[in-house]
Amino acid sequence: MVLKIFFPQCCNKADSGLLVGHWLPGQDSAVVLAVIHYPFIPGQVKQYIHQVGCVGVGWKNEEAGGEGKTKEEKTGEEGDKVIFVHYEQRKVMLSQLHPTDPPVPLTQSTSELRQVFGTVSQSESLFFLDKYDDSPVKLTHWQSEGREGSIIVELMKQASTPVCLLTAWILVVCSLSVSVSRILNVFPLRFISSKLCSCVQLSYRTEHLQTVSSPTRATSHTDYMRKANIFMSFLLDVTLGLLLIYWLYRENRVGQLANALLPAADRVAKELEELLQWLMGAPAGLKMNRALDQVLGRFFLYHIHLWISYIHLMSPFIEMILWYVGLSACLGLTFALSLLSDIIALLTFHIYCFYVYGARLYCLKVYGLTSLWRLFRGRKWNVLRQRVDSCSYDMDQLFIGTLLFTILLFLLPTTALYYLVFTLLRMVVVMVQGVLQLTVDFINSFPLFALGLRVFRSYTLAEGVKFSVLCEEPGTPLHLMMDINPLKFSSVVQTYRTATYSCYPKDSWLALCKKLFLGELIYPWRHKTTKID
Amino acid sequence: MQNGEHFGMEDETYTDIDGKAISLECQSHSGFCREFTVSSAKVSISRVMVYTCAVWMTAYIIFFFTELLLFQNTAVLSSAIIITLVGMMIHIHFVKVDHETLLVIGSLGVQVSSSYASGRESTDFIEMDKIKDIVINEAIHMQRVIYYLCILLKDPSDPSGVSSVVPLFQSSKPRLNCLVKVYRSCQEILAKC
Repeated sequence: MVLKIFFPQCCNKADSGLLVGHWLPGQDSAVVLAVIHYPFIPGQVKQYIHQVGCVGVGWKNEEAGGEGKTKEEKTGEEGDKVIFVHYEQRKVMLSQLHPTDPPVPLTQSTSELRQVFGTVSQSESLFFLDKYDDSPVKLTHWQSEGREGSIIVELMKQASTPVCLLTAWILVVCSLSVSVSRILNVFPLRFISSKLCSCVQLSYRTEHLQTVSSPTRATSHTDYMRKANIFMSFLLDVTLGLLLIYWLYRENRVGQLANALLPAADRVAKELEELLQWLMGAPAGLKMNRALDQVLGRFFLYHIHLWISYIHLMSPFIEMILWYVGLSACLGLTFALSLLSDIIALLTFHIYCFYVYGARLYCLKVYGLTSLWRLFRGRKWNVLRQRVDSCSYDMDQLFIGTLLFTILLFLLPTTALYYLVFTLLRMVVVMVQGVLQLTVDFINSFPLFALGLRVFRSYTLAEGVKFSVLCEEPGTPLHLMMDINPLKFSSVVQTYRTATYSCYPKDSWLALCKKLFLGELIYPWRHKTTKID
Repeated sequence: MQNGEHFGMEDETYTDIDGKAISLECQSHSGFCREFTVSSAKVSISRVMVYTCAVWMTAYIIFFFTELLLFQNTAVLSSAIIITLVGMMIHIHFVKVDHETLLVIGSLGVQVSSSYASGRESTDFIEMDKIKDIVINEAIHMQRVIYYLCILLKDPSDPSGVSSVVPLFQSSKPRLNCLVKVYRSCQEILAKC
C-alpha cells in the first residue's frame, strides 16, 4: 500500500525537529502540520501534542538549512512506496472546498481531500505558538514568520459590533412604528402594499439589513458568504442610487421630467382616442356590428375623458411629488426602479381597466358560445360528473338556445377585436414592468463579494486540487505539488446567488396562449411567496 | 521502466479519427505515477491567413459599394478588424486545444487536464475512491464506429453500478492504437493499488 504524506511547503526550509500532524485512518495518509524544533523536553512535547489533539509522528526530520532531503525511519517501508505531496499551508487553511454541504465531522467515508482540508483548517490552535515565543515548545508552520494581521481589518472588527447594534436598534424602531400605523387600517393597506413593488422591495431590504446587522458572528462558511454578499449588494445599490440622484438633480432634470410628463400623458390619451375612433369605424376593412361598436367605443372614450381630467387636476403637484420621489433613490437604485415600475402601473391604470372589461366581455361570450354549441348538438355539461352528457331538450329551449347562439356568434368579431387590441396594449405595459423587475432582481441577487473573492483570492473558493510532479530522481520517493483549483465563475454565481422573491413567468407559453384564447385574465409575472408581515 | 524517462515512441506515428497527425508522449515518474500527453496539430498559419483575407475582402467590398451608393462609411472596415481580432482571440483561448494530459497517480487519483492554444489550462482531479475502472468504449458517431478512453465513476448508492462516465482526450480523439497503449499503462497502475 502506498503511503501518502502531505507536507507543508513552509516547513521545507525549517531546522531539524519533530514532525507533528494527523494520521488519516483508512486512507494511509498523514498530514504534517508543523515541526517542533530541538532542543525540547519529550515529556512537555508529549503533553502539548496531546493537549492540541494531534498525533506526534515519531519521525526525525533531518533537514539542514535548505536541502530538503528527508530521511524517514519508519520500519518496513521501502523508499519507493511513499508519495510526498507538498501543499501550501496558508492557502489550504483559508480555502473552502466546494460543495460545502457535507457536515463537518470527518468520518471515514468522507473523501481524502476533504479530510486533508478539514484537518488543516481545524488545527488552528496548533498555529498559535511559533518558534519565536518563549514557550518550551517551538514550532514552525505558516504563521511562524509572524502572525498575519492588518490594522484596518482589526479596526473594522472593533467598530463593527457597535455599528451592528445601532443598525439593529434602528430597524426594530422602524418596524415597530410601521406595524403600529398598520393596525389602524389593516385590510386595504395590506392588499395595496402587497401589490406595489416598492413596498415589497422595502420589506425585502429590511429583512436583509436585519440579517447583516445581527451581532452574532456567522458560524458556517455559507452564512458568512451570504452576509458579505448582502452587504456588498446593499453598498452597490446605495452607491448607484446616489449617482442617480446626482445626475437627476444636477441640471434640474426633475423639473424637466415633470414638465414632460403631462404632455406625454395627454399624447397617450389622444392616441387611445384615435385608436377607438378607428375601431368604431371600419378597422382593417372589417365590418363591425354598428350598435355594439358604438356602445363599446363610447364607453371607453368616456373612461379616457375621466382619466385625463384627473391627470389635469393633479398637474400642479406633480413636480413636488417627483422631487420627493427622486430623493428616495438614496435608499438604493432598486428602490427607485421599483418606484418607477409602480408609477408606470398607476399611470397606465386605464389601460388595465380596459383590458379587464374587454377580457371579461370576451370570456363571457366564449363561455356562452361553448355552452350553446353543446345545446346545438343535444349535449349538456354534467356538473356532478364533470363531463359532457347527452340531454334531450324541449322545443322552445332549443329554439331560444339557437337564437342566442346565432346572436353571440355574429357579435363575436367585434368583441374579439376590442379584446385583442387591449390585450396587446396590456402586454406592452407588462413587458416594460417585467424588464424593470428583472433589473431589480439582478441587482438584489448578484453575489458581488463571492466574485470579488474569486478574482482576487481565488484560493478561498476551491473546486478541487491539481497536482504537478516536482522532482524525479531514481531511488527517491515521488514529490508532487498540490495546488488549489479554483471554482469556475459560473459555479460561483450559481452557488452564491442570494435567494430573492424573483419574478418568473407563472405559465408556460402554451398555457398562456390557452388563457389568452379563452379570455381569462392573465398576470404573467408572479412573485415567489415571501414573508410579508 | 525507469523513473523520469520519456518513453520512446517507437517511431510510430499516431493519427486521430479524422486522419490528422497527433503525437503521444508517455512519461513515467515512478512505479505508480505516469503521465500521458496527446498533442494535436497547432494552429496553422495558412488557415489564419485565409480567414483574415476572407473577412477583410468582404469588408472592403461592402465599403466600396456603400461608397458608390451612399457615403463613405469607415465603420464597416473598423468593425471587420475588430471582429477578426476578437474572433481569433476567442478561438485560441476557448476553442483550440493544444494538448491534453492524463496523470495517473496510484492510490491518489487521476488528473485530466486540457491546455489551450493561449496557454490556459483547465484541470480536473478525480480521487481514486471514486474511480471504478478505466476502459475503452465504442461509440457510433454518424456513419462510423469510434473508440474512446473513459473513466467509470462509482455510484455511492450502488456498489456495483456506474454513476457516470468521464471521457478522455475529447479534442484530440486518438485512434485505437494510441488508446490501447495508454489503457495498458493505466491498467498496470490500477492493478497495483
